[in-house]
Amino acid sequence: MTATPRISLFAQDTRTKRRNAAEARFRSYGLAAIVLALLALVWLLISIFSGGLPAFKQSFLTFPVTLEESVLDKGGKRDPAIMAKATTVTYAKVLAKALEAEVAAKGLETKLKTKDLTKMISEESPATLRDRVLADPSLIGQTIQVSVLASGRIDGYYKGRVTMESAAKDKNTSPEQLALADQLKAAGVLTMQFNSGFLTMPDASDKRPEAAGLGVAIIGSLYMMVVVLVLALPIGVAASVYLEEFAPKNRITDLIEVNIANLAAVPSIVYGILGLAIFINFAGLPQSAPIVGGLVLTLMTLPRIIIPTRAALKAVPPSIRDAALGVGASNLQTITHHVLPLAMPGILTGTIIGLAQALGETAPLLLIGMVAFVRDFPGAPPEGLFDPAAALPVQIYNWTQRGDPGFVERASGAIIVLLVFLIAMNAVAIYLRRKFERRW
Amino acid sequence: MSPGLLTLLILVLALAGYLIGRSRAVAQVAGDIRKLHSLPPFYGRITALLTAVPALLLVAAWLLAEPLFLESKALSLINPSEIPAGKSAALVMADVRRVADGLTALQARGDDLAPLLADPTKLKTALNDAGIVLETEPTVSTLAATQALRDAGKTSRLAMTAAALALAVAGLGFALSRITPEFRARNATERFAMWLLVGCSLIAVLTTVGIVASLLVESIHFFELYPATDFFFSANWTPKFGGGSSLGILPLLWGTLYVSAIALVVAVPIGLMSAIYLAEYASKSTRSWVKPAIEVLAGIPTIVYGLFALITVGPLLRDYFAEPLGLGNSSSSVMTAGLVMGIMVIPFVSSLSDDIINAVPQSLRDGSLGLGATPSETIRQVVIPAALPGIVGAILLAASRAIGETMIVVMGAGAAAQLSLNPFEAMTTVTVKIVSQLTGDTEFASPETLVAFALGLTLFALTLALNIIALVIVRKYREQYE
Repeated sequence: MTATPRISLFAQDTRTKRRNAAEARFRSYGLAAIVLALLALVWLLISIFSGGLPAFKQSFLTFPVTLEESVLDKGGKRDPAIMAKATTVTYAKVLAKALEAEVAAKGLETKLKTKDLTKMISEESPATLRDRVLADPSLIGQTIQVSVLASGRIDGYYKGRVTMESAAKDKNTSPEQLALADQLKAAGVLTMQFNSGFLTMPDASDKRPEAAGLGVAIIGSLYMMVVVLVLALPIGVAASVYLEEFAPKNRITDLIEVNIANLAAVPSIVYGILGLAIFINFAGLPQSAPIVGGLVLTLMTLPRIIIPTRAALKAVPPSIRDAALGVGASNLQTITHHVLPLAMPGILTGTIIGLAQALGETAPLLLIGMVAFVRDFPGAPPEGLFDPAAALPVQIYNWTQRGDPGFVERASGAIIVLLVFLIAMNAVAIYLRRKFERRW
Repeated sequence: MSPGLLTLLILVLALAGYLIGRSRAVAQVAGDIRKLHSLPPFYGRITALLTAVPALLLVAAWLLAEPLFLESKALSLINPSEIPAGKSAALVMADVRRVADGLTALQARGDDLAPLLADPTKLKTALNDAGIVLETEPTVSTLAATQALRDAGKTSRLAMTAAALALAVAGLGFALSRITPEFRARNATERFAMWLLVGCSLIAVLTTVGIVASLLVESIHFFELYPATDFFFSANWTPKFGGGSSLGILPLLWGTLYVSAIALVVAVPIGLMSAIYLAEYASKSTRSWVKPAIEVLAGIPTIVYGLFALITVGPLLRDYFAEPLGLGNSSSSVMTAGLVMGIMVIPFVSSLSDDIINAVPQSLRDGSLGLGATPSETIRQVVIPAALPGIVGAILLAASRAIGETMIVVMGAGAAAQLSLNPFEAMTTVTVKIVSQLTGDTEFASPETLVAFALGLTLFALTLALNIIALVIVRKYREQYE
């Protein structure tokens, strides 16, 4: 007779210990995976926000400028043709002189000459002042208080991009300029203000990151979203209604269904190739136009609207249909009067999420020429849909390809704007789902 | 008449048709609508539909087909001997189109065109002023083709307006002639609407046809100019826009697969383990906020990941890994793109796996636990094997997503086509090269631009195959427990 092993319920034997340890290990792997995934999300968001928030603040120089008639309007008759002869170079000199006077008036010490002071002011500012004077000639002869953009390097100095050491090697700025900027800041001439121009101004050329804005890109994206909404929602709903409510079960319907499932997974860049080949080369639509972007995104969004719409239609119980048909409604009346209104929250949620995806899509737009440098605002629709425009995500890509590090800050700032739009759209979708969702 | 105005006019006609059709039906029974087969609005609706839909379809088809017809006509006027060496007919046609657009712009400005058309030099300067830059002076036959293009364009628009309006009026007349008290207006309207619904669902099929056709046609052009064997089996990618370039896809495919493999190595363990934890261990309240939080990763646009790779991950990997280890000094590398893409595809793996693990019947778990297995043993030996086909499907879908991803690799992987094992070296992928070969270029005449279509076709075929295999696996599995 062999001795039975002594087993105690209170002390674990080695095998149980091993198994329990394995259990705890496995569980901690799962927890670690979740923590890693969430950390990645947090890291991504922190990196973007810390890089992008400074784009919403901008250095401005505020000082009085005397607009002398002898310089800006040689004839003295306020003739637009003659006034237009005073170029931005002239206005830049006017601004620099005014800044020099302000420096002297505040009693600040500097060895900088007028020419160096010009470099402290953004190259965009003379053009802005010139446009203001041309629009309102009565300003000539007056002394007005202006608030102009400081140059990108001065702005970068206060955002940590530019240091005294890097300025010494940089031909666009100098340590003396930065020292003067510090004095100006102490004197209240140089201030950091909220940069509303970032949301309203058009893109700016390579050397003026401080003046670059998202105005054209926001309008372009808005136009595209309107095109997508107007085309994709009705077509998507119609296709879903047919497939869900009417289509007989046969080969052709099967083919259409498999097709839609696959279209949703086709890489977005392939849609760009399609747009380039069909809309631009074959149909002759203009490049960089929101209408082409809108059409490409419509084709891309359609399957992403059809799939949730069909799910929403499927969720409406058959008893509703039977009741409507029973009191004599036709098939189409049943759908339009009863099924569609009941499925509407689900359809709208799917549509908004589809639109949000379309808003962030970049790759197909690169191929249809939306990367072009566009400074002019597109016109009012419908003609404006054919004007060249930028789009938010493409503008971000565009900025990352530029040399000046100031544009990286702009790109991160633009991503914040894009994310705000996406969060707003998703919040609306979640609200709709919570408010109107019905469980049958 | 502009297409927009024409559309508006047709819609006005349709509205008139609705009112006339309705009142005509009511008038025929002297106001006693019980004698009508359908309610009065149906008589209006069928009239409006018959007026508007055929006419609008005609306008759309006309606008799509017009450029084809016009260009073949203009091309026939160009003297083949005048096409300069090294330029294709397509390039000459592009000039013709530009001159035609320029002339329209000049006319809109109020310039007198007659003296300009007689003197090509003057025309070139005038066009230059209007912002249209020509390389050479337009030749006589180019001008003739331009004239023909403009004239035919005008005639075509006039014909379109006439035909569309005639069709709208004919539809209106036909519908009104059919209206009698016995006419089954409701059935007719529904049949018509049904065909519209069918048409809308066919757009999905048309999109696929459009994708395949545009990829195939241009790829065939490419393979006429460049041997297919060189494209598929050459390990050398050096495009030269002057000609004489070698366009082998192998380095691009290698880059694509390398980046995707790294992405999957990151995403599969993290995604799968978090799915297991969420499905089997997490409390309901944890699950309700962790699952959406991970899915946020899928909702973030890829351009955001691209910027993240470019400004954060790339420099970090270069400074702390690549340079100390002596593996390179490039901030864009396969590792950068792969890591960031891995983060992006985590939710694709985790959400799908989560659904699949949840679909495994509870009785399997209960049986295993009842026999004394610990939860982790149950998961490893019962749940995962049962869910395996679905999990493989989810991983394949994630792989297809990674292969087709563009912005992360454009901004994070670099542009150098090479076959190398070093993950800290810049490499390039199929999608990057599609973007770089096609951006800002629409004259598809040289193999250097056309190659993008062959690349696109390869990419499409690759992702489609992965998707179909994944779908088949997932479907097959789902049938087991239903």
